Amino acid sequence: MIANFDPVTLARAQFAFTISYHFIFPSFSIGLASYLMVLEGLWLKTGNGVYANLYRYWLKIFAVVFGMGVVSGVVMSYQFGTNWSAFSTKAGPIVGPLMAYEVLTAFFLEAGFLGVMLFGISRVGKGLHFFATCMVALGTLISATWIISVNSWMQTPAGYAINVKGQFVPAGSWLPIIFTASFPYRLVHTVIASYLTTAMAVGAVGAWHLLKDPANRGARKMFSMAMWMAAIVAPIQILAGDQHGLNTLEHQPAKVLAMEGDYEPSPDGAPLILFGLPSNDEGRVRYEVAVPHIGSLILKHDPHAPLPGLKDYPRDIWPPAPIIFWSFRIMVALGFAMLGLGLWSLLARARGKLYDWRWLKRAAILMGPSGFVAVIAGWVTTEVGRQPFTIYGLLRTAQSHSPIGAPAVAVSLLAFVIVYFTAFGAGIFYLLRLMSKPPLAGEPEPQPIPQRAAGITPAASVAAHLPGEA
Amino acid sequence: MAHVDLTIVWAGIIGFAVFAYVVMDGFDLGIGILFPIFSVGEERDQAMNSIAPVWDGNETWLVLGGGGLFAAFPLAYAIILPATYPLMIAMLLGLVFRGVAFEFRWRDPRHRPFWDIAFSLGSVTAAFAQGVTLGAILQGIEVRGDAYAGGWLDWLSPFSLLTGVAVVFGYALLGATWLIWKTELRCQQRARHLALPVGVATLIALAAVSAATPFLQYDYWHRWFALPGVLLTAQVPLLVVICAGTFLWSLRRDAERLPFFMALALFLLGFVGLGISMFPYVVPRAVTIWDAAAPAQSQSFMLIGSVIIIPIILAYTGWAYWVFRGKAGTEGYH
Repeated sequence: MIANFDPVTLARAQFAFTISYHFIFPSFSIGLASYLMVLEGLWLKTGNGVYANLYRYWLKIFAVVFGMGVVSGVVMSYQFGTNWSAFSTKAGPIVGPLMAYEVLTAFFLEAGFLGVMLFGISRVGKGLHFFATCMVALGTLISATWIISVNSWMQTPAGYAINVKGQFVPAGSWLPIIFTASFPYRLVHTVIASYLTTAMAVGAVGAWHLLKDPANRGARKMFSMAMWMAAIVAPIQILAGDQHGLNTLEHQPAKVLAMEGDYEPSPDGAPLILFGLPSNDEGRVRYEVAVPHIGSLILKHDPHAPLPGLKDYPRDIWPPAPIIFWSFRIMVALGFAMLGLGLWSLLARARGKLYDWRWLKRAAILMGPSGFVAVIAGWVTTEVGRQPFTIYGLLRTAQSHSPIGAPAVAVSLLAFVIVYFTAFGAGIFYLLRLMSKPPLAGEPEPQPIPQRAAGITPAASVAAHLPGEA
Repeated sequence: MAHVDLTIVWAGIIGFAVFAYVVMDGFDLGIGILFPIFSVGEERDQAMNSIAPVWDGNETWLVLGGGGLFAAFPLAYAIILPATYPLMIAMLLGLVFRGVAFEFRWRDPRHRPFWDIAFSLGSVTAAFAQGVTLGAILQGIEVRGDAYAGGWLDWLSPFSLLTGVAVVFGYALLGATWLIWKTELRCQQRARHLALPVGVATLIALAAVSAATPFLQYDYWHRWFALPGVLLTAQVPLLVVICAGTFLWSLRRDAERLPFFMALALFLLGFVGLGISMFPYVVPRAVTIWDAAAPAQSQSFMLIGSVIIIPIILAYTGWAYWVFRGKAGTEGYH
C-alpha cells in the first residue's frame, strides 16, 4: 500500500495528522485558560467558594490538556524541517522569525508560569497566583496570534521579496508580513472558536452532572456560564465567519468557489448548494440540491451579484473541492447548532427553567464535542483550500517537501499514529474520567486554593497508592 | 550596529538556547533515564516532584533551539533535520511519552507502572537520539545544491552511537546530581549512590568522544593541536580534569549542590569543546553559519525582540525555580 503513495502525499498526511491532533488541545486550552482566569478573578472578587471549587475542578483538566498540547506542539516545530525542508529553506527568513517570536513571547510565558499556576498557590499567595493564571491565559492568546500570523502569511502572502537564492525575504517593513490581509479575520475567527469549543465542553460537563443532581452548585454555575457564552458568542462567531468568508473570496476566490461547489460562473447570482458530491474530474457537483441566488446573497450580500466559477481559473490551481465542500458544511452546521443551543438556553433562562429542562441538558451534552469537530473541520477547509500551494499562489506543495523517501515518511507516519492514539487516547480517556466526577458541592472555601497536595491530585488518593502499589 | 556581525550574534544566541536546553531538560531526562533504579513509591514520587513544576519550561528551550535555527539559519535547519530524520522522529515520540507521563501517572494509579516505563523509555530514547544527532553532525552530512543529499541511515556510525551513549550517561549524571540537591532521605541516598558510577561513565565517554573527534575525516585535529591554538584549546581538557576532581571530592564530602554544579561545568566545557571543533561551520565542512544565515532583515528583526525578551524570560524562569526552592515534597504532587 505504501508503494502507492508518493512522499509528498505521505508528508501531507503526516502533517495533517499531527496538526489535527495537536489543534484539539490548544483550541481547548486557549479557552480553558481564559475560563480559569475568569473563575479565579471572580473568586478573588466575590469570595464565593463555588468559583474556587470550579477553578480547582477545571485546573486538573487543564493540566492534562496543556501537557498534551505541549508535547504535540514540540512535534509541530520540527515537522517543518523533517518533512518540509524545501519550504523551510525558502520561507524560513519570513516564517521563522514569526515562530521564534511565538516561542519567545508565548511558550516561555505559558511554561514559566504554568508551574506556579498548577502547584504554587501555597507558596506565592492569592494575588501572585492570580497573576500567574493571567500570564498563562495571556500566553495562550499571544501564541495564537503569532501562529495565525504565520498561517495567514502563507494564505495571503505580502511584504516579501525573493532573493538570489530563491528565498522569500522581507521586502522592507515587517508590519505587512505580520498583518496580512486575512490575518485579523482568521485570528478573530480562531480565538472565538476556541472559546466556543471550551464553552460547549464546559456546558456538556455541567449538563451531565445536572441531569444526575440538579442541585449541584458547581454544575449549575458552569452550565449557566457556558450557556451565556453560547448565546452571546455563537452569533458573533457566525458574523465573524461571514466576514472571514468575504475576505477569502477577495483574496483566494478559488478556495471559496470550491467550498461552495461553484464550478460554472454565475453571471446572475450563484445558488447555494445544500447537498451534492463535487467532482473536480467532472467539473460539476453530482446530485446537486441547490437554492437559487442564496450563494450570492451570502457571499456578496446581494442575490443577483455575479460570481465567477472554478472554471474561470486554471485547472491546476483548483483545491480539492470534495473535501472542503463538506468540511465547510460540517463547520457551518455545527456553528448554527451552537447558536440554536444558545437561543434555547436563553428561552429556558427567561422562563426560569435553565436547570430544569432535561432536553436542553441532553442537547448540551450532545453538543459537548461539537467545538472540536467544528475547529478541525474549519482548519481542514482553510488548509486544504490553500492547496495546491503551501504559500498561496507562490510556492507549490509539490516543491516544498524534504528529500526523504516514501518508506521513511510512511514508517514515521505509522509511528506517529500508533504513539498518538496510545498516548493521547489514554489522555482523552483520563479527561473524560475527570469530567465524569461531579464538582464537589458545598465544600468549605479552600484556604488557599488549590491546596498544596490536593490541588492537582487529592493527597488521599496518592497516599493510598504509595508503597505497596506495584 | 553596522560593524556587529549579526550572524555571529545569532550563532551565540542559538548556542545559548541549545546549551540551556541540554542542561535543563538534561536533568529532567536524566531522572527519566535513572527512574527504573528508583524504588516504587516515595523515591519515584519525590524524583518526579522535583521536576514537575519546571519540565515544561525546560523543554521550551528545545523549541527555541529548533525554531531559532529555522529562523536565523533556515538552510542549516533544512539540511540537518532531513539528514537525521529517524532520530528526530524518535526524539519527538520519546518526548511525547515522557511528557504525558508527568500527569498520567498521577491520574491513573492502576497503570502507573506503565506510565513509569513510558517516562523512562521516552527519556532514554530522546536522550540517545539527541546524542546520536550530535555525532551525526560532527562526522559530517552530505550536502549538494543547498539540500541534504544522503540516504536516511547515513547518520548511523560507531562514532554517532558513541556520542549517543555519552549523552545518555551525561544526562543521567545531571539527573542524579539534581536529585542529590532537590530531594532527601532514601531518594537522595539512591541518587548519591548513582552519581559516582554515572559520573565516571560520563567522564570515560567524554574522553572517548574527545579522543575520537580529531580523527574524523575533517581537520578537527588541526583545530585542537596546531600551535599556537593548542595553548588555548589545551585549557579545555585541563579544566575538565579540575572539574572532574572537584566532582569526585564533592561526592565524597556529601555536598548537596556542588556535584550538580560540577556536572553543569563539565557540560559547559564539553559544549565549548564542540564550539572549538565546529566553528564557523554549522554543518561541518559543508555549510558555514554565514552560508546558512537568514538575511540581515530577518536576523535584526528577531534580535530586537530577543535582546528585550530573553532577559525577561530568564528572570521569570528564575523566579519560578525560586518559588519551588528547597527539597521536593513526598506527598504526591506539589
